Amino acid sequence: MRILVAMSGGVDSSVVAGLLAEQGHEVVGATLQLYDHGAAAAKRGACCAGQDIHDARDVADRLGIPHYVLDREQVFRREVIGDFADTYARGETPVPCIRCNQTVKFRDLVALARDLGCAALATGHYARRVEGPDGAELHRAADPARDQSYFLAATTRDQLAFARFPLGDMPDKAAVRAVALRLGLAVAEKPDSQDICFVPEGRYDSLVARLRPGAVAAGDVVHADGRVLGAHGGIARYTVGQGRGLGAASWDGQERLYVAGVDAARRRVVVAPRGSLETGTATVGEVNWLIDPPSEPLRCAVKLRAREAPRAATVAWDAAAGLARVALDAPGIVAPGQACVLYDGDRVIGGGFLRAPGSVDRVPAAA
Amino acid sequence: MPVLGLDANATEPLRPEARDAVLRALDQPGNPSSVHAEGRAARRLLEEARAAVATAFGAKPQDIVFTAGGTEANALAVRGLAPGRRVLLGATEHPAVLRAAPATAETIPVLPDGTADLAALEALLGAGGPALVCLMAANNETGVLHPVAEAAALCRRHGALLHVDAVQAAGRVPLALAGADSIALSGHKMGGPKGAGALLLRPGIDLAPLIAGGGQERGRRGGTEPLPAIAGMAAAALAARPEAAIRLAALRDAIEVGVAAAAPEARFPGRAAPRLPNTTSILLPGVAAETQVIALDLAGVRVSAGAACSSGKVAASHVLAAMGLGAEAGAAIRVSLPWNAAEDAPERFVAAWSAMRDRLSRRAA
Repeated sequence: MRILVAMSGGVDSSVVAGLLAEQGHEVVGATLQLYDHGAAAAKRGACCAGQDIHDARDVADRLGIPHYVLDREQVFRREVIGDFADTYARGETPVPCIRCNQTVKFRDLVALARDLGCAALATGHYARRVEGPDGAELHRAADPARDQSYFLAATTRDQLAFARFPLGDMPDKAAVRAVALRLGLAVAEKPDSQDICFVPEGRYDSLVARLRPGAVAAGDVVHADGRVLGAHGGIARYTVGQGRGLGAASWDGQERLYVAGVDAARRRVVVAPRGSLETGTATVGEVNWLIDPPSEPLRCAVKLRAREAPRAATVAWDAAAGLARVALDAPGIVAPGQACVLYDGDRVIGGGFLRAPGSVDRVPAAA
Repeated sequence: MPVLGLDANATEPLRPEARDAVLRALDQPGNPSSVHAEGRAARRLLEEARAAVATAFGAKPQDIVFTAGGTEANALAVRGLAPGRRVLLGATEHPAVLRAAPATAETIPVLPDGTADLAALEALLGAGGPALVCLMAANNETGVLHPVAEAAALCRRHGALLHVDAVQAAGRVPLALAGADSIALSGHKMGGPKGAGALLLRPGIDLAPLIAGGGQERGRRGGTEPLPAIAGMAAAALAARPEAAIRLAALRDAIEVGVAAAAPEARFPGRAAPRLPNTTSILLPGVAAETQVIALDLAGVRVSAGAACSSGKVAASHVLAAMGLGAEAGAAIRVSLPWNAAEDAPERFVAAWSAMRDRLSRRAA
């Protein structure tokens, strides 16, 4: 069958294209041009396409498959980079990889694939798509170290039905690189990509400063009890639970302090002792259910951030408000803006974005 | 499935006459600048090519500067003629011209049919000092022919210089460019090999080189001349017969009739203006040009959209935007018939295009 493969130029998606072509599918490669690479790297005269696009084309040439570069700069700037800066400006911590998967990758590439008469969209994500009794299910990858199911939690059931993740069963990255070597792909030894693709060298504050200057304006660091303990260089630099970057406000006598909240309106970073950061409840908006939305409170496991083991919880779906209300068995740290992903064992059953306490949901979930 | 190549405005298939000329030139060992016998033989071949291009376009051999291609010919003219002048650029010029011009350049708008707005040009010329006007003979995306002779008369009246990018027009329509001060040509757009172009200068026009080097081309373009590419271009220029326009225009019109019959919503930007015989722009409302180009490619039909960046991404068309098409500027593809287009090209194209359109409209429903 004809399959569209999203090729980033990295080893994972290159191997996906190679494996599917080897299996005899009609593979069509597509690489998203998401930002002006020359501008992002602040190199005058550099091509708008980065090395990754060249690598993807080389791999496609090697495999003998058609390959297209898709200009998605505008939509990426609006929906991913814009959301990134806006989220920081609200005093929250964004997950741009989920926004990207949700918009330019799955929403748009699934539509394009269908327009091109493809039967599926394949990506290099480490997750498993399992055909279940009620349709496609999203499961954690076989390799727990590589599992990306958290970042795919906004994929809709319709998109999931159309998606394929051929690397989900790979035991580890070494196995993927071995396939790349066997297929003669030049990217076999290419290092993994790091951090956020559109932020060179992890310096995201200058990007946020350009788009939302208020988010990098100085303000007070305030103890939860109201005392002003110091100053900060912009709320965008702080995430709930963070201990670094607080300067003199790191300690209250002998007691270490952490970010307990960000008050964007007053440009304040609120700090408190570790114990008081934890909460037993969380509110989740923009919920994407990968099961029929539960009418009764549901026992499951939730992941509150990408690098954290799932924790036991009970989730109640408030359909009228479009919010999932999470009661954690053991208190945890909730950073607004991060994704909360719901698991039943290895299976992702839903996900959404953590709301700040008392916030009003901006985007009601689709019914 | 045999491929249907309809992207001649990107590059024409090599003409057999050009191929022969390239092969002959490859066997010529000398450097045209060398003093010895082999050098003189190479020089003879170079000057024969120059004479052929001069004959084909009604220029004098000494006023022809060979370059590495159309982009360089345009850049040589714009950079060489712009100093001390205001630069006025047609709104639908090719990036080869746009990006050679200074940032202060002003834009000559086009009318909704895609042709340059001569009244606006006259107003611009009357508003300031000596100018360099850049107006392409034929647009690469729509095939629209600009009123270059009229623009030349206006320029003469206002003491302005006129540079004409004739890359798409040369070999396809007769060039009536007597009033132009410089004319850019590209070898491979006439069915020659890639790697050679030429700038035709009005007698008496002089300009500074972009590349000084060894002073070749009468000091206007340094570097050893790429003899095979130049010989191929010259052979292509002689072989390209604008009479073929009648046949190509009939094929192009058949494509438009077939597309319009299959899809009443389809439109043809530029159709109301005089056009190149081989070119049509086909707009399918609501469908990204990128999707159309890819879908047709997967069906074995080669077309293009906008101006392809070196990365291969399809950028929105500034040409169609200048014609006032707004958001729909991103929904048109360019279909350009090659000199050797087969008689069944319209039938095959319309079948593939209709199949694509039917699938996409089913999806949208």
